Amino acid sequence: MKHLLSTEDLSSHNAIRILDTAEEMSAVGDREVKKLPALRGRTVVNLFFEDSTRTRISFEAAAKRLSADVINFAAKGSSVSKGESLKDTAQTLAAMGADAVVIRHWASGAPHRLAATDWIDAAVVNAGDGTHEHPTQALLDAFTMRRHWSTLKGTASTGADLRGMRVAIVGDVLHSRVARSNVWLLRTLGAEVTLVAPPTLLPIGVEHWPCKVSYNLDETLEDGVDAMMMLRVQGERMNASFFPSTREYSRRWGFDDARLRALDDLGLKDTIIMHPGPMNRGLEISSAAADSPRSTVLAQVRNGVSVRMAALYLLLSGDTREAAPTSGPAPSNAAPSNTARSTTAHSNKESN
Amino acid sequence: MTATNGTYLIRGAAILGGEAEDLLIRDGSIAERGTGLSADDATVIEAAGLVALPGMVDVHTHLREPGREDAETVETGTRAAALGGFTAVHAMANSNPVADTAGVVEQVHSLGRASGWVDVRPVGAVTVGLAGEQLAELGAMADSRAQVRMFSDDGICVHDPVLMRRALEYVKAFDGVVAQHAQEPRLTAGAQMNEGAVSAVLGLTGWPAVAEESIIARDVLLAQHVGSRLHVCHVSTAGSVEIIRWAKERGINVTAEVTPHHLLLTDELVRSYDPVFKVNPPLRTNDDVQALRAGLADGTIDVVGTDHAPHPSEHKECEWAQAAMGMTGLETALSVVQETMVETGLMTWADFARVTSTSPAAIGRLTDQGRPLEAGEPANLILVDPAARWTVDPHKMATMGRNSPFKGKELPGTVVATFFKGHPTVLDGQLNTPYRYPGTAGNGNTRASGN
Repeated sequence: MKHLLSTEDLSSHNAIRILDTAEEMSAVGDREVKKLPALRGRTVVNLFFEDSTRTRISFEAAAKRLSADVINFAAKGSSVSKGESLKDTAQTLAAMGADAVVIRHWASGAPHRLAATDWIDAAVVNAGDGTHEHPTQALLDAFTMRRHWSTLKGTASTGADLRGMRVAIVGDVLHSRVARSNVWLLRTLGAEVTLVAPPTLLPIGVEHWPCKVSYNLDETLEDGVDAMMMLRVQGERMNASFFPSTREYSRRWGFDDARLRALDDLGLKDTIIMHPGPMNRGLEISSAAADSPRSTVLAQVRNGVSVRMAALYLLLSGDTREAAPTSGPAPSNAAPSNTARSTTAHSNKESN
Repeated sequence: MTATNGTYLIRGAAILGGEAEDLLIRDGSIAERGTGLSADDATVIEAAGLVALPGMVDVHTHLREPGREDAETVETGTRAAALGGFTAVHAMANSNPVADTAGVVEQVHSLGRASGWVDVRPVGAVTVGLAGEQLAELGAMADSRAQVRMFSDDGICVHDPVLMRRALEYVKAFDGVVAQHAQEPRLTAGAQMNEGAVSAVLGLTGWPAVAEESIIARDVLLAQHVGSRLHVCHVSTAGSVEIIRWAKERGINVTAEVTPHHLLLTDELVRSYDPVFKVNPPLRTNDDVQALRAGLADGTIDVVGTDHAPHPSEHKECEWAQAAMGMTGLETALSVVQETMVETGLMTWADFARVTSTSPAAIGRLTDQGRPLEAGEPANLILVDPAARWTVDPHKMATMGRNSPFKGKELPGTVVATFFKGHPTVLDGQLNTPYRYPGTAGNGNTRASGN
């Protein structure tokens, strides 16, 4: 794993490895001195082309707990209109010796461009790109769900996946990088996902995704659900005919007080309510739901630091091998030929 | 290598892919066609194994001059055209200033004649400044020295139905044609790629097929209503092919074009987020590609148009959403059409000549292009080696644009020679010298310097 760009191409092995490492990292957060020396002398750049204080400080805390040097680079606005291109910015960071670039960008695919070009050689971490992906958000969500699911089953979190867990993701799937990253990662971890949204806020082509689709939140609750993930409704959607009014949206797709009570009535006593934040209280989630014991909103924030520590650690520590050998000759094949060669040329040191 | 008297004997070329025959070219025309021809004064070109075709005519080229000479000039673009096997190109109107007056189209026309690599036929804008509000002086452009017959706001759709109706009606006065860029603007606001399974995953704003098809459906009905001639630029969807097929069955006077890239590439390539694959209209699905090939083979789609759109590298070395739309195409068109249409058995070389030369010349009303390879006809023709294979390297092209989506791809077919008005602009696959119009300055025998 050289970069963390998406969950779509994240293997089950690497996903669980990140989550397991995050469990170890979370223990650091509980200590009096919340710091490890793992990335001392390494430089992590937070390159943010879009405002996101929450994600930025989460990555900053993660890097600092690993003793990395952190540079925050706020390059807001379009690169063309601001004069400096992504290429020039990347080359500038490369010249400064960045080891990892954590990039948040309004344009889908911008992290892929950094990773695919020769502009910069650093590890690239996607901290949210346009309406494409937000892999560390999905990983922290999965981390939160896995702890909950393991506790319910009375098993250890480490090494586990989410097989059998029923997850509903509700809201503006069309424009949500959080939803996309969650759909792929939850599939990889074995959870059953249902997307619940108005038809206008589902992408054309969603029928090919590894999940169910519903237009009806109440039916989804009745079918049984273990985690409800409510997505933020962005302000710019409100007057663009995606739905008639915020009140109608809230009635049909918001997690309101009535639906909070419905969880109890349906016997879903262990169902958690998740939100990536920031929340629109009273729109996609009621205050009672957000503040209820079912809510994992603050745990998600806390877990975000652990997951980002794990990602940075695995990308920068060099210990990023897959479990199974993926390239080169297997050791069992290489050994005899080395032996044979050394018997004939042992006194003649080879220098290739 | 250039004979001063302009006499060439092409020996043993397969005419339109048929029997091997000789062609004697003299004084700008085909003097003789037959076997065992000889002429003492001729430069002999041995053409065994080569196919002789009429020079290709592009109905859709962006030469960028005036205004974006950092992207392409008439000189560089027409060199690329000659190397690609073209003897005429239609220069689209979205230059800066826009080609919406007689002055600008005459400028482009003059630049083309000064370059002398191919016949440059300016396309006039339909509306002033491509703004879609007021008709440009179409008659003045038609009457100018450039003799404009094709009008297009290409890049922008003439979406106002009344304006489109008026344009279609008005150009009847001088046998013009309106070439529509079919893209409903409201359905494509901020659109980045074909809307479908891939855009859903990539999180790029979708460009629905219906945005193209709804405009084509409206326009063929308008053309029927007012009895005008309509040309549809760069058709990209299976649905568009069906609508045009339906319109032709009803006798509506519509012609349509497809680009080489839409015959070969699909939106799966966008998964790389490499903006070299960003183009308008966008790359579509494999179902669309197959429908476009079938449509071109059965005549529903009349012509291949390159939509050659060079861009400076900084307009592609950026985020997908920031990148300019467009691909180069002049120097790969023949090979891509051979690969997708000829080698698949969908078309013969005679069909190739129809869709790359005869029909585009007819649409543009070019009387001396797209002619049969017969004695007495103007010598606008090319020699193609269909057995050759080559690997696309944008840095070796004559166009200034490095934005070829075929970079690194191995393709069949090379242009060995291009004859424009009887003069070899390309010989042995290399640029030779431009044609010099009578009475113009310049030495016709000066070999082109590398550029």
